[in-house]
Amino acid sequence: MVEPGKRVGLFVTCLVDFFRPSVGFAAVKLLEDAGCIVEMPRQSCCGQPAYNSGDRRTARAIAEQVVEAFAPYDYVVAPSGSCAGMLKLHYPHLFHGDPNWLPRAEAFADKTFELVSFLVDVLGVAKVDAVCEATVTYHDSCSGLRELGVRVAPRRLLGTIAGVTIKEMRDAEVCCGFGGTFCVKYPDISDAIVGKKTANITASGAEMLVAGDLGCLMNMAGKLQREGSTMEVRHVAEVLAGMTALPPIGVPPPSIAERKP
Amino acid sequence: MSNATSPQFKDNARAALADPDLQNALKFVELNFASRRREAVDKLPEFDELRDSSRDIKDHTLAHLDLYLEEYEARVNAAGGHVHYATNAEEACRIILDLCRKLGAKTVTKGKSMVGEEIGINDFLEANGVTPVETDLGEYIIQLRHEMPSHIIAPAVHLTKAQVEADFRRVHTQLPRDRNLVDPASLLSEARGVLREKFLAADVGITGANFLVAETGTSIIVTNEGNGDLTQTLPRAHIVLASIEKLVPTLDDLAQLLRVLARSATGQEMSVYTTLSTGPRRPGDPDGPLDYHVVLLDNGRSAMLGGEFQDMLRCIRCGACMNHCPVYHAVGGHAYGWVYPGPMGAVLTPSLIGIDKAGDLPNASTFCGRCEEVCPVRIPLPGMMRSWREREFERHLSPATMRAGLAFWAFFAKRPWLYGLATGLAARALAYLGRTHGRFTWLPLASGWTRRRDLPAPQGATFQAQWKARKAGR
Repeated sequence: MVEPGKRVGLFVTCLVDFFRPSVGFAAVKLLEDAGCIVEMPRQSCCGQPAYNSGDRRTARAIAEQVVEAFAPYDYVVAPSGSCAGMLKLHYPHLFHGDPNWLPRAEAFADKTFELVSFLVDVLGVAKVDAVCEATVTYHDSCSGLRELGVRVAPRRLLGTIAGVTIKEMRDAEVCCGFGGTFCVKYPDISDAIVGKKTANITASGAEMLVAGDLGCLMNMAGKLQREGSTMEVRHVAEVLAGMTALPPIGVPPPSIAERKP
Repeated sequence: MSNATSPQFKDNARAALADPDLQNALKFVELNFASRRREAVDKLPEFDELRDSSRDIKDHTLAHLDLYLEEYEARVNAAGGHVHYATNAEEACRIILDLCRKLGAKTVTKGKSMVGEEIGINDFLEANGVTPVETDLGEYIIQLRHEMPSHIIAPAVHLTKAQVEADFRRVHTQLPRDRNLVDPASLLSEARGVLREKFLAADVGITGANFLVAETGTSIIVTNEGNGDLTQTLPRAHIVLASIEKLVPTLDDLAQLLRVLARSATGQEMSVYTTLSTGPRRPGDPDGPLDYHVVLLDNGRSAMLGGEFQDMLRCIRCGACMNHCPVYHAVGGHAYGWVYPGPMGAVLTPSLIGIDKAGDLPNASTFCGRCEEVCPVRIPLPGMMRSWREREFERHLSPATMRAGLAFWAFFAKRPWLYGLATGLAARALAYLGRTHGRFTWLPLASGWTRRRDLPAPQGATFQAQWKARKAGR
């Protein structure tokens, strides 16, 4: 349990920063509602594109920069299981055998969390104050699920939203085919995988797809929309923060949409 | 086997995705294997502890492999058998051919052996006048089709029943044309009938081994069809073909590993047949081979000992990693282009045929981690695939466009202030371009994404820009 007034450094993630800042603001709201002071040092990316492409040197350079930048905070929180997994599990691995950096990377890893599991498991948040009349299906993003064990926390909090009904899809824990650079290196395979995922999403009967990683969400939203689906796709932080008045992923703001011929 | 098509992984994958029969057949893997494993594991509360100790048994064996090999060889000799060491595939093939010739063998029956596939023993024997007959149903089917196995425990899992029926009608021309082959049982009984004669005619039986036990000099096979037993007991000679990492120290260790093997593979508690063979027929034995030989294959494995990929030698070939792999589910085993498909193949194949040939394999993974999650000996498969990617990157084997893109991105990512500037501009520009539809159906340089999916447009300014403005406004 955290005492009020703890300083949280927000690792916003490069995808949220670039494509969907509202996820970042949702994270800030959730953390502030739980009594945290949220700050954000200058940042770029967690380094996963380099790390998973075999460019360890670049990954390490970025990791050093991130560990330095977040040194002043009590906690580091990311609205992504994938990026949080990188910071928490893989950074120490990058500094393996380095007596100067390894302890710093380990200390950094110890204070780093994925957003929803931080709210539930560390801050003890039991419910959120939000309303959303929707049948929701939750996709377990791979890194969050298998590297960090995030499974119960998002479902538990989603269940406390007034109006939300959760309908599980088949194979919710199976990969959506995003895989970072995988989806552009092997677009055909990625497409086949996400095609199975969207079939399961659609078959769930839910109106809204929710997950904790923007990369997976963009992949699934992009496929659903290409298939002509009207499924709303949202990041779990936005739903928990009651920010569902915003247009879902890949949908223009209503004012502009209405002006369309 | 030299005819690896792993360098053409992308073409293989594209063809696989466009093959409706294959896609139909692959549904079986996706729908059945994972759920059967889950059910079996749920019934055994100590399964995760068994995985830990299975890992430890294999680690211990690998750490002392030289000693256990010596002990194993001594025990095999004491039981009246012979051990032959083969450094590579050619040597192993040559040893087996020499044994067949010495025994005057015209036909050999074979139990399923992935090492047999690895060394290409069938083609080699055939080219040298010895006819090999596969006796595992799946192996028999792919032998008829001149194909490689597409799965390490279900070699013909890429085929539909209708395809197998067509093959049987094409090859078994001695049987009545109007026979009924619609249900799987009739296919099985036809294969059984055809194979029965082969069993009786064979001079030599070749099997693989799931394990070799050092303390007793025993080889073990697990099968569900019983074909392995006929293969190794009916002919005059039994040749066991196995790679060196199949060793375990004791029968107790064997019992332990058997508890995780079938559960991980097929969801069975045990395979139908678990057969232990120690040496040739002894005086007074009612049956069994008169000669018992073991060909122990290295083929690059000893070079993996003590290195980054040693953990891969723990593999007990259950196939759970591929049964849970979304990429395998999408493209099947043949796309990987060599003997070992799926995640275990993505790690092992580069070790055995070279990363220059198998470079795509460790890259074609989403790193979803399901393989590691189900591996009965806890092999860190994604981590080792990443190690291969690092080697490729260091050796400049990764594609030039990928390296250039990465270098461009890294230049900014290593300079957060510049990164903020560049992404700030780009996000605004893209948000403006995408403002009407909220997403893109086409975007230059992003066709890999937009060919099959829409790309959401950014909302506007980046989070960092908005945050800065918000802080300044406070």
